[in-house]
Amino acid sequence: MKFNTAFLRRSAAAVIGAALMTGSVHAFAKPTECIAPAKPGGGYDLTCRLAANSLQETGLIDQPMMVSYMPGGIGAVAYNHVNGVRKDDPNLIVAASTGAAVNLALGKFGQYDADEVRWLGALGVDYGAIVVKADAPWQNLKELAQDLKTQPGKIVFGAGGTVGSQDWMKAALTAKAADVSPRDLRYVAFEGGGESLAALLGEHIHVFTGDLSELRPHLDSGKVRVLAALAEERVGGPYADIPTAAEQGYDVQWPIWRGYYMGPDVSDEAYNTWVERLKELAGTEQFAEMRDARGLFPMERYGDNFDTYVKEMVVQFKELAKEVGLTQ
Amino acid sequence: MFDFLIQGFDVALSPMNLGLAFLGALLGTLFGALPGIGPINGIAILMPLAYTLGLPAESALILLAGVYTGAEYGGRMSSILLNVPGDAGAVMTTLDGHPLAKKGLAGPALGLSAVSSFVGATIAIIGLTLFAPLLAEVAVMFGPAEFFALMVFAFASMSVMMGNDPIKTGIGAVLGVLIAMVGVDSGTGVMRYTFGMAELYDGIDFVVMIIGLFAISEILLMLEHAHGKNANQEMPPLGRVMVSAKELLYCKWAMLRSGVIGFIVGVLPGTGASVAGAVTYTTEKRLSDKHNTFGTGDMRGLAAPEAGNNASAAGSFVPMLTLGIPGSGTTAVLLGALMLYNITPGPMLFTERPEVAGGLIASLYIGNLVLLALNLPLAGLFAKTLTMPRWVLVPGIAILAFVGVYQLHSDLMAIYLMLIVGVFGYALRKLGFSLAPVILGYVLGGLMEDNLRRALSISGGEVGILWDSAISICLWIAAAMLLVLPWLLSRAFSRKSPVTA
Repeated sequence: MKFNTAFLRRSAAAVIGAALMTGSVHAFAKPTECIAPAKPGGGYDLTCRLAANSLQETGLIDQPMMVSYMPGGIGAVAYNHVNGVRKDDPNLIVAASTGAAVNLALGKFGQYDADEVRWLGALGVDYGAIVVKADAPWQNLKELAQDLKTQPGKIVFGAGGTVGSQDWMKAALTAKAADVSPRDLRYVAFEGGGESLAALLGEHIHVFTGDLSELRPHLDSGKVRVLAALAEERVGGPYADIPTAAEQGYDVQWPIWRGYYMGPDVSDEAYNTWVERLKELAGTEQFAEMRDARGLFPMERYGDNFDTYVKEMVVQFKELAKEVGLTQ
Repeated sequence: MFDFLIQGFDVALSPMNLGLAFLGALLGTLFGALPGIGPINGIAILMPLAYTLGLPAESALILLAGVYTGAEYGGRMSSILLNVPGDAGAVMTTLDGHPLAKKGLAGPALGLSAVSSFVGATIAIIGLTLFAPLLAEVAVMFGPAEFFALMVFAFASMSVMMGNDPIKTGIGAVLGVLIAMVGVDSGTGVMRYTFGMAELYDGIDFVVMIIGLFAISEILLMLEHAHGKNANQEMPPLGRVMVSAKELLYCKWAMLRSGVIGFIVGVLPGTGASVAGAVTYTTEKRLSDKHNTFGTGDMRGLAAPEAGNNASAAGSFVPMLTLGIPGSGTTAVLLGALMLYNITPGPMLFTERPEVAGGLIASLYIGNLVLLALNLPLAGLFAKTLTMPRWVLVPGIAILAFVGVYQLHSDLMAIYLMLIVGVFGYALRKLGFSLAPVILGYVLGGLMEDNLRRALSISGGEVGILWDSAISICLWIAAAMLLVLPWLLSRAFSRKSPVTA
C-alpha cells in the first residue's frame, strides 16, 4: 500500500511535469534556430550568437533563438543535413562564412554545390591581413613582394588553415600578386590563429596571413607589424593606419563575411521575411554595438544580392583552385 | 611589483566576486565530472550568460576561470569511481585511481586526488604570478621542430609503461596513432581514411574516443559479468572515507614534481591537460616505481597526473595573459571572452587593466581554496556511488555516455562511432591490452605528426631542422637517455649482483 501511494505520487508528478513541458513547447510553437556548423566557441558560434543575441535584444524575434552545434567537415555535415533533411524549415538559418565558399569550390561539401541552398545575407565582415614580426626586414608589402620574387623558398608563410583553406588562399593570392607561383610558396599550416601568431613571434615563420580582428589585441603591443589589410578600402578605428594591399599596388582582397543560408526548398515568403528581418536588424544602434564588440565590420548584402555574391565567389575560387592545382 | 596582485585580491574578495568564484568552482566540478562535458563546453555555455548578465569583465573572467579550474578537479571523479575519464586531462587518473577504488579505497583516493589537484594548481599559480612574462618569452621559442622533439620525448617516456608486455603496449600506441590519422590532413587538406563520409572529415573526436574506449567497454565488461557467478559480488565495502596524513606525505614528492612539470607543459602553446597528465604519470613511474606497483593502485600514480593536469590548466594562462596567445583550447575560448569586453591581453594588461589581470590571478588562488574545501568533504559522498547496484550503475553510465557524445555533435553518427570504438576497446581489453597507450598514441601521435610536417615545410624538407636548436637537442638527449639508461643500469646491476652474492 505504502509502495502504491509513493508510486502514485511519483507518477502524478511525472504527468504534471510532462504536461508542463508540452505546455511550454506549445507556447513556443515555432522558435527560430541557428545551426553553428562547428563546436562551441569558434567563429560559427560567434556568427550564430550575433544573430541570436541581437535579434532578441532588438525585439525582432519574440522567443529566444536556439543555437545548436553541428560540427563536422568544416561545415560539410551541416550543409548535407540542411540539403538532405531540413530542406524547407522556415525557422532555420545556418551560419556560414567565406570559408564555406572555399570548401564548396573545392568540392569538400560532398555532392551538393553552392546553388543548392538559399543564401540569406551577411551581418558583418572581417578582412585578411598580412602580418610580420616588428623587427622583420619588410616595412611594406612591396618590399615583401620583391624579396618573395627573388627568393620564394626563403620566406615561410604560416596560418591556421591547411593548404587550400582560406588562410592559405590569402598567402597564395599575395604570392600571385607578386608574380610568384603559389606552388612555390612555402606554407605551414597551424591549428588556429593563436598558434600561428606564437610561431611568428618565435621566428619559426616569417609571414602570418591572419584576420584583422584577431590582431586587435596585438596592434599596440609593438610586437608585430601589419603590412597590409586585404580590404576594399581602409578600415577605420584602430586599424586606420593599416594600408590596404591595393593602395600598395597589389590587387589582393580577402573579405571574410559572416552570414547565413537557409534550406533549398524554403518558401519565398519565409526567405523574404528573414531578409527583411536582417535588414531591419542591421539598421539598429544596438546591433552596430554588438557587431563591433565581436570585431566585425559592417557589410550590407542580403537576399538576391548576397546570393549572387556568394555564387560568384565560389566560381572565382574554383578557377583559382584549378589554376594552382588544388583541383582538376 | 606585485601591486596588481594586491589590487587583484581587493577585486576578487568583494562579496559578488567571491560568490562567482564559488559558483564557477561548483559548476566546473560538475562539468568536469560529467563525461563529455569538459571545460571548453562549460565555458562556452556560460560565456554568453555572463555577458548578457552584464557582469563586469573581471567578474566574468573570475566565473569562467573558476569553471576551468573546477573542471580539472571534477574530471578525476568518474576516472576513479567508474574507470571512465571525466575529461581529457583525467585519462591517466584511471590507471591507479580505479584500482584504488576497487580495493575499497575510493574515499581516500578521491581525497588524495583533491589534495594533489590543490598542490599542483597552487604551484602553477605561484609560477604564473612570479614568472609569467619571462616564461612567455621562452614558450614562443618552442616551434614545430621543438614540439616534435618534445613528442619524441613523450613517446620515449611512455616506454616505462610497457612493463610486462612491451609488444602489447607498442601495438596499442600504434593503434592510437592510426586512429589519429583519420580526417582532413592538417597540412595539405587531403582526406585520409574518411571513406567519403563528411562526419569523418574532422577525424574521430577526443570525447568520442575516451567515452567509447573507456565507458562503453566498461559497460560491456559489466554486462558480461552480470550473469556470471560473481554477479552479486559488488565492489568491496567502503573502507575509510578520508585520506590519511601518512598517505599524503607518501605522495608529497609526486605532487611537487608533477606540479612543476604540469605547469611547464601548460605554458607551452598547443599542449594541454591530456599531455600534462601523460608526461607527469610516466615521469613519476620512471622515478619512483621501484616495486612495479604503478597501475595496481599506487597512490603516487594517482597523485601525479592529478597534480599535473591542474597545474597545466593554470599554466596555460601564462601565454594567454602575457602574449594574448591561448595555451589550450579552453584558454582560446576565454580569450574570446576577453575580446568581447574589449580587453587587450598582452604585456600591457598588467599595467593597463591591473584589476583584470590581478583579479583573475587572485581568483585562481581563492578558487583553488574553494575547490579543495568543496572536494574534500564531498569525497566520501561521491565514493558512495560505488555501492550502487549494477542495474543502476550500468544504465547510468550508458545514459551519461550517450548524452555526453550526442550533445557535443547533435549527430547520430557520433553515437555509432562511439559504439564502434567501444566494441573495439572491449576487444582490446579482453585480449589483455591496456587502453592508456592507445589513447596516448592517439593524442601524442596527432601532435607529433602535425609538428613534424610543419617543421619540414618550414625547412623545405631539410631534416636537419629537427635538431637545429638547443631546446630540441636537449629533448633528443633526454629521450635517448630514457630509453637507454634503464637498460644500462639493469646490466650494471645484474653484473654486480653475482659478485655480491
